[in-house]
Amino acid sequence: MPIEKFVTLESTYIPLPIENVDTDQIIPARFLKATTKEGFGKNLFCDWRYEKDGSPKKDFVLNDPTYSGEILVAGKNFGSGSSREHAAWAIAGYGFKVVVSSYFADIFRNNSLNNGVLPVVVSEPFLNKLFECVEKDPKTKLKVDLEKQSITNLATGDTESFEINSYKKNCLLNGYDDIDFLLSIKPEIEAYEKQTVKF
Amino acid sequence: MAGKTLFDKIWDAHVVKSIEDGPNVLYIDRQFVHEVTSPQAFAGVKERGIQVFRPNQTFATPDHNIPTKDQHLPIQEELSRMQVATLAKNCEDFGVTQFGLGHPYNGIVHVVGPELGITQPGMTIVCGDSHTSTHGAFGAIAFGIGTSEVEMCLSTQCIMQPKPKKMRINVEGTLKPGVTSKDIALYIIAKLTTGGGTGYFVEFAGSTIRSLSMEARMTLCNMSIELGARGGMIAPDEVTIEYVKGREYAPKGEAWNKAVAYWRSLPTDTDAVFDKEYTYKAEEIDPMITYGTNPGMGVAITGNIPSLDSIDKASHKTYLKSLEYMGFAPGEKMIGKKVDYVFVGSCTNGRIEDLRMFADAIKGKKKASNVIAWIVPGSRQVEKQAKEEGLIEILEAAGFELRQPGCSACLAMNDDKIPAGMVAVATSNRNFEGRQGPGARTLLASPLTAAAAAISGVITDPRSIN
Ligand code: SF4
Repeated sequence: MPIEKFVTLESTYIPLPIENVDTDQIIPARFLKATTKEGFGKNLFCDWRYEKDGSPKKDFVLNDPTYSGEILVAGKNFGSGSSREHAAWAIAGYGFKVVVSSYFADIFRNNSLNNGVLPVVVSEPFLNKLFECVEKDPKTKLKVDLEKQSITNLATGDTESFEINSYKKNCLLNGYDDIDFLLSIKPEIEAYEKQTVKF
Repeated sequence: MAGKTLFDKIWDAHVVKSIEDGPNVLYIDRQFVHEVTSPQAFAGVKERGIQVFRPNQTFATPDHNIPTKDQHLPIQEELSRMQVATLAKNCEDFGVTQFGLGHPYNGIVHVVGPELGITQPGMTIVCGDSHTSTHGAFGAIAFGIGTSEVEMCLSTQCIMQPKPKKMRINVEGTLKPGVTSKDIALYIIAKLTTGGGTGYFVEFAGSTIRSLSMEARMTLCNMSIELGARGGMIAPDEVTIEYVKGREYAPKGEAWNKAVAYWRSLPTDTDAVFDKEYTYKAEEIDPMITYGTNPGMGVAITGNIPSLDSIDKASHKTYLKSLEYMGFAPGEKMIGKKVDYVFVGSCTNGRIEDLRMFADAIKGKKKASNVIAWIVPGSRQVEKQAKEEGLIEILEAAGFELRQPGCSACLAMNDDKIPAGMVAVATSNRNFEGRQGPGARTLLASPLTAAAAAISGVITDPRSIN
């Protein structure tokens, strides 16, 4: 189904300076029993976010009103583990449009892009600076420009460029998805099938 | 021109179209489907008003959510029951073969595919599950995909994929007694870390790998995803061909001969070049166990938890958080730690050889009274074979019970949850926080190490129990 177009975003951000955040933390397995894509946002980081009785844990960053924004900035190697796309639905459902880290697991990166969430890889120093800045001033903003493939820390003015292949970039800029594309080349797929040997 | 790798040969033969500075349109030979990651994909196909493009290249089995007791009764928990029912309905609506609950071929998707001969060398195989890498053991390109890609594959039998880089990991020499392919996997992940393979597709090679049985190869490829790799694979050889031969969905007659000739052409050319290459010695690998909350946090069972000064300063916070969750401290030794649960099963170590290995190790001994053990076969066929081979009697005599097949405590979506704070030695593949139930503490190990823990009640070197 069509995804939301993404061109630029200027927003405050929420820091999560933990490394190797895996998809079991992003959305624990017990929430995978749904048969639709709705409603995952409220269970994002569930076990870190809520006490057993369902009350919010005070010390978890999503429960801290000091921090807000549509960008999540996470420690190295974000999204490893299970291939569950529910992790991307939870991130998107919560309202994040961009996730910044110095490293993403492959499947998570793909899943995010397929759901209109842009994963931005930055260098370690840039990432550490982001954690520093937001600690000093929670209202620090980031600017992400997909067209230019650049990310700017508006507190320091530091800018880095990030990679995204031009196909995925076009999909996001225009808000269309892979299935639309694949369905449009069905004759080529059928031609491929005819020329391959099947056992 | 340099030769081609096993990976290149299969990948290149499946590219329908390449998009400039973009992904390839990759043709998929087989898709496996289970109940958890497919409902939204089938719903998408329905919404678009189209059909499943190649239903006879798609196979489904419910596994993640199903109980491992009383499978003949309706599933108690409503959401699980609904997901399993939704899978059955979707398969029926779209003409997809399903091995439903109670079917003699039901089981964990990555156990079922190989044992039925659906998995074959030279194929591209996907499933909405990261441990699809298991099927790479046959010399196939097999990897996990997200639900959007499940929908792509249902709709067009293709997915969009950038070509990953290539890594070869060689293991040479003879394994020491008591060391299994699970230990090889945990050893490599401890060396390279859980991010060490990111962006790569791994080929496992070398004399040690060639000497492994098909099932042991599956265990290793299964864990390749825990390196962060897109997948792992092993070149097909006589062991592979012998394993596939005669299985339900394997090619027959003239087609078999043609297939075998093709499979023999797949191994990596001697002059092929990899983007990265590592070599390990089999003799240096000991039985391994994890102590932390990712599969890379593993040590030789006789070893100690790394002290704080051996850890990179920037990672101290994460490291201590992980150990705190486990209830361990830096520098402690692993041997002798108390164990509350033992779980033998999953797509990593839930095949017949694993059950045999476990049964052999506990034969004539008794389960420790402080341990609760769940022995869960990977499929109905594994269960059947365990019965035929008399493994059940051995287990029962030692105080163990064989449950019914499914993913079970590997991810604890059903009732098989390890209670908070309890320590479980598990033959599965992930020790993340809460993976086996909220607050559960998981130590990953081989079936032999699980057996040693189950009969002694504490972490024990499997080489010391016989
Ligand atoms: S056994 Fe575990 S890893 Fe394997 S498919 Fe099931 S849940 Fe996934």
